[in-house]
Amino acid sequence: MKPQRKQRLIWIGALVIAVAFAAGLTLYALRANINLFYTPTQIAAGEAPLDREIRAGGMVVDGSVKRADDRLYVEFAVTDYQENVVISYDKILPDLFREGQGIVAIGRLNEEGKLVASQVLAKHDENYMPPEVADALAAAEQAKQAATANP
Amino acid sequence: MWISILPELGHYALILALCFALVQSSLPLWGTYRRQAFWMAFAQPMALGQFFFLSVSLLLLSLSFLLDDFSVAYIANNSNSALPWYYKISAVWGSHEGSLLLWLWILAAWTAAVGIFSRALPRDLLAQVLAVMGWIAVGFGLFVLLTSNPFARLLPDAPLEGGDLNPLLQDIGLILHPPMLYMGYVGFSVAFAFAIAALLNGRLDAAWARWSRPWTSAAWAFLTIGIALGSWWAYYELGWGGWWFWDPVENASLMPWLVGTALMHSLAVTEKRGVFKSWTVLLAIFAFSLSLLGTFLVRSGVLTSVHAFASDPERGYFILVFLALVVGGSLFLYALKAPAVKSHVSYSLLSKEMLLLVNNILLVVICVTVLLGTIYPLILDALGLGKISVGPPYFNALFVPLTSLLCIALGIGPLVNWRTMARKQLVQRIWLAGAVALGLGMALPWVYGGEWNLYVALGGLLAVWLVGTQVRDLLHKTRHAKQGRLQALKGLGLSYWGMQLGHLGVALCVVGVTLVSNYSAEKDVRMEVGQSIQVGDYFFRFEGIRQVQGPNYTSDQGVLLRVSEDNQVISTLLPEKRLYLARRQVMTEAAIEWGLMEDIYVAMGEPLPDGAWAIRIHYKPFVRWLWIGGLVMALGGLLAVADKRYRQANPVQA
Repeated sequence: MKPQRKQRLIWIGALVIAVAFAAGLTLYALRANINLFYTPTQIAAGEAPLDREIRAGGMVVDGSVKRADDRLYVEFAVTDYQENVVISYDKILPDLFREGQGIVAIGRLNEEGKLVASQVLAKHDENYMPPEVADALAAAEQAKQAATANP
Repeated sequence: MWISILPELGHYALILALCFALVQSSLPLWGTYRRQAFWMAFAQPMALGQFFFLSVSLLLLSLSFLLDDFSVAYIANNSNSALPWYYKISAVWGSHEGSLLLWLWILAAWTAAVGIFSRALPRDLLAQVLAVMGWIAVGFGLFVLLTSNPFARLLPDAPLEGGDLNPLLQDIGLILHPPMLYMGYVGFSVAFAFAIAALLNGRLDAAWARWSRPWTSAAWAFLTIGIALGSWWAYYELGWGGWWFWDPVENASLMPWLVGTALMHSLAVTEKRGVFKSWTVLLAIFAFSLSLLGTFLVRSGVLTSVHAFASDPERGYFILVFLALVVGGSLFLYALKAPAVKSHVSYSLLSKEMLLLVNNILLVVICVTVLLGTIYPLILDALGLGKISVGPPYFNALFVPLTSLLCIALGIGPLVNWRTMARKQLVQRIWLAGAVALGLGMALPWVYGGEWNLYVALGGLLAVWLVGTQVRDLLHKTRHAKQGRLQALKGLGLSYWGMQLGHLGVALCVVGVTLVSNYSAEKDVRMEVGQSIQVGDYFFRFEGIRQVQGPNYTSDQGVLLRVSEDNQVISTLLPEKRLYLARRQVMTEAAIEWGLMEDIYVAMGEPLPDGAWAIRIHYKPFVRWLWIGGLVMALGGLLAVADKRYRQANPVQA
């Protein structure tokens, strides 16, 4: 084989191997680590899986924040104004966590339908609404209007 | 009188700068087309003029900030009379409009620098390079003027007081981080312009690569500093104690860095051996396109991230269209011209060319996986297929094996000869470093942590391997020294030392990442006054809260004592919970007792019933090594730029 052609073959071979390797790893990693977002309505309807990490969010329900006396454990409910989901958390809540604020939590659902959160996100801008929450509220609102329109 | 119209003057200067950019982008190109020196000669003065007027514009905006002119909408939204003066200046680039003006100004600065320092360049090439940069300036100038004018007024109902700068940004890290990052992003436009100019006139040769190299290295060094500063800022300011979150905005800065790193190395091959030419051009196009993509991701509000500032979709479309034009146009040009580029140089499987090829492939593959993880959720969302997020485990699962491979290749690369090398000779050069790395790597988890840990062993192995091969290379380079090795070391040249420092920086980062990821301790606890707690090997006692008054905030300052086992006070940590008055926004100010080998990091959570507080305590070993590694890398890049071989006058080709 000519050195030129050999060189080109090496190039192509290396590229193909690298791409295949990367594609395999990527697909595997993507499949294992995608967190789907579920609205409170979807969770109440039982659409969310129990055994894997998901994201859920909504507005924190007024008066729903309950703290333990002797440790950091806290429970609160989020709502899309149709259904509520209770979220439990045992770490420090973000600075902008408030009742009435839109938040997103990452965690796993347990058997009682409670989301055991490993992370709670509230944004660093008072006027900022997480897009998932905004969409969840809009979807819930739409469902409500559709329900009242066709009784 | 003058003071009241400063913003209008600034606006006017901005428009003038755009006019200069228009001339700079058109006449010189016409000149190269007609081969008339007269028209080509417009490039440099126009570049300087554009830089001058943008400087005036930026200066006037800063002055208006200092004078608290709240009739300007941008200033009213992002400043406050109680803000300290240095934050008033950094507020200039604290939000969208001003940060784009800074972007534009930095582009003009790079353009002017090319105009000044490239007098040795052939006239037509220089004219083309400056014209391409002019096009970018026109695009972004229009963007600023049409969608994001920082000088827009709030008249006649001007507010008496401003809404204040986002408290998150009131920090030294944020004074420096955006300019550095932009220096890097925008700096790749020089490499891009050189590549496009070379495609236009078909002169992709070693000289072209040599001219591009110092500019690329400089841009890369600034980007490195920018990323390191951003990570450092996130670490101490966000109050979570993390240093990299795989946040889309962080990824947006990492991607051009990865491709830029590949570009630097591929330029080296193109200059020294005349191969990889079209690949180098492609990398230059992608490095700049990814910088633009980064700007789009951050500025369009399509992302859920800590950086997601409320923004306007129209702006996103503008950048997206601009991005499409840049990528589409330059790839079209590439498709037209690149097939004509051929190199007739051969190299064997075992050669520096091959190792650098491996480096390039790995870096590009890493970049593609990061890109995929970053935009996959956006694409699914745009297609209405559901809202997902891709978490850190995805990135870690890919980044760790790929960078490990990269580090192994990185150790071998400098020790391999150009063209070809006997396998036996190579083995002879690397076996000792490999053996030592294997031994020390295996020992590290036992010595440091007391038990086996695969990742720590891997990290230790790679770090020792990198340093070991570096030492081997130094010994090899000085083997024929007649007047002693030290003397010979001095003669090695700045770009060689630049490479060594850059690679040493990688080793330092590997050490930092490995140890901080595996041996950190973290506790979120509820603490009552007088209560003690143990985290890792340390004991802390909570003394209570006191009130502190800042210039534009009030603060609950926690007093936390670090004590020895027998309750002797070792140090005092003062984390704060600040309430910024103008925005009524609460901010966490972490207290960090820092050291070269470990950081102790304390942040306050929320007040709990009965006078207790939620407190977060971290123990972070070797976390500083990350940023030190970044700085060392950047220093390496700057050293390489300073090498005098880039400044030897070239004979001007007529």
